[in-house]
Amino acid sequence: MKFCDKLCNKFGDKFCDKIGEMLKMNSMLKILPKSLWVTTCNSGSCNGCDIEIVATLSPRYDIERFGMKLVGTPRHADVLIVTGPVTRFMHDKLLRVYNQMPDPKVVVVVGNCGSSGDVFYKSYNLVGPVDNVISVDVYVPGCPPRPEAIIEGVAKAVLKLEAIEKSSRAPEAQREEAV
Amino acid sequence: MSTTYKVPIGPVHVGLKEPVTAWLTLDGERIMDAKLRLGAIHRGIEFMARERNPIQVIYLSERICGICSFSHVLAFIRAIEDLSAIKVPPRGQYIRSLVLELERIHSHILWSGVACYSIGFDSAFHLGMEMRERVMDLLELLTGNRVNYGVATFGGVRWDITPEFAKATRDMIKFYRREFTPFRDIVMEDPIAQARMRGVGVLTKEEAVRYSAVGPVARASGLRVDLRKSSPYEAYSDMPVEPVVPQDYFGAAHGDVLDRFAVRVLEVYQSLDLLEKILDGLPDGPFVAETNLNKVLASLKKAEGVGWGIIEAPRGDDTHIVSLKGGEDNVLWWKVRAPTYASAVSWPLMFRGNELADAPLIINSLDPCVSCMERTLTTNAHGDSNIITKQELIKRCREKTDTLRARGGETR
Repeated sequence: MKFCDKLCNKFGDKFCDKIGEMLKMNSMLKILPKSLWVTTCNSGSCNGCDIEIVATLSPRYDIERFGMKLVGTPRHADVLIVTGPVTRFMHDKLLRVYNQMPDPKVVVVVGNCGSSGDVFYKSYNLVGPVDNVISVDVYVPGCPPRPEAIIEGVAKAVLKLEAIEKSSRAPEAQREEAV
Repeated sequence: MSTTYKVPIGPVHVGLKEPVTAWLTLDGERIMDAKLRLGAIHRGIEFMARERNPIQVIYLSERICGICSFSHVLAFIRAIEDLSAIKVPPRGQYIRSLVLELERIHSHILWSGVACYSIGFDSAFHLGMEMRERVMDLLELLTGNRVNYGVATFGGVRWDITPEFAKATRDMIKFYRREFTPFRDIVMEDPIAQARMRGVGVLTKEEAVRYSAVGPVARASGLRVDLRKSSPYEAYSDMPVEPVVPQDYFGAAHGDVLDRFAVRVLEVYQSLDLLEKILDGLPDGPFVAETNLNKVLASLKKAEGVGWGIIEAPRGDDTHIVSLKGGEDNVLWWKVRAPTYASAVSWPLMFRGNELADAPLIINSLDPCVSCMERTLTTNAHGDSNIITKQELIKRCREKTDTLRARGGETR
């Protein structure tokens, strides 16, 4: 904290917040196992993507052989899979689910309508696509994407998490030098 | 002196795959009353259709619901064909029925798996999901897609049945006859699964009529209703379809979750028989009336009037009513009455007197397709007006039951 205070004096609050965020991520990553826990949020999809997500759990595609697991609550999850264009009602709920997840987190959008709107353009009740509401890391296009594509999308999330880890390690090395 | 508590469930909940909110009033573990808030994923699909031409709306109607996508497409297409008098060649009709039955199999197996998952019977869930992949393979073989098939079009279908596909279908029928019976017995003969589902979420025959339950929910309450029998469409006029009711199997209809399970599982066998009949009776000839879509669009531009199509979807009656205006490209208006909304009215009845732990099972026992029903909501349905809408809906539903009764369907 001392170091943080020093930086705050030197670079201002904004920079300090960023460093603090990175440090938090770093400590989280140390205890984060490489198995990803995934949670889903349906923000208005037609169910097509959701049944394909269920299919990834089924014995043929079996997402658990990669150590991935579908969990019931966002508080336990590393990856959030969002399906569907975001409706007005689900906007706040999606934000709430996103904020409940611990850092570091990755958001995967499954399906065309969440990625771009697709067939659901020009509607009065949509605030989507998903990247209008929360920041998205991986897009999985398809209407709906095949289970293989969904697994690939979640696997890309691992790379993303590793990149976050790397970028947060660099300042840690600096910090050790500075101390 | 008992105290009641209000417990909200949803909209995002682990027991639900789709957003719906339920407020349950509890006395201890017993559910005294339930109130539902729908409309979480209302996307305004009927509104969107007004800026698109009928061929574009085919692909929009497919995305009403990902599970019964073909039923919605077919209901919409039949509505347009009804008003514009496009004739479908017999082979096209048979292929449509074939896809409908394949869809019913995949939907019912998915539901049986999810019901097992809800009661914590995970091995049966995985068994069911593994079996379901077989019919998904077949749908992919015919249409190239696993979920939204894009196979129906005005005046027929887009893909023909090849001899290889017919052979693969017969193999699949054999596979299911062999492999599906163990799954059925594992769940239905299991004493724990029975204890979990028997007597839970009861909807009596009288209540089912009064609240206009449709499809497997109505049949599980003992009503012999099936649109494939009472108003046959496509290839069903060539083959008799008897509604599957639990009293034929158990001796009496209880209207509980186990009965709903039995109805859906037995309908899989019925669909297998129908598939065999469809393949045996497949007529030769063209499978689509007109392949040039520009010509179809031009003829639809001239068409005027209101048409309706009604389909026995995996969840019940799916009605589409469409209006076109002469000289205009776009759909004038379009109304969808999806089966889940008709059955969802009886949800609070099913909840009453059950334990909180049964709530997700009861919600799932309807095979709810929330994305289906969300477009039937009025947009101003807030607070009190919500209740009024519901009553109006019940009234309309009752009227529909009356017409069904008048038509001679055995609703008693």
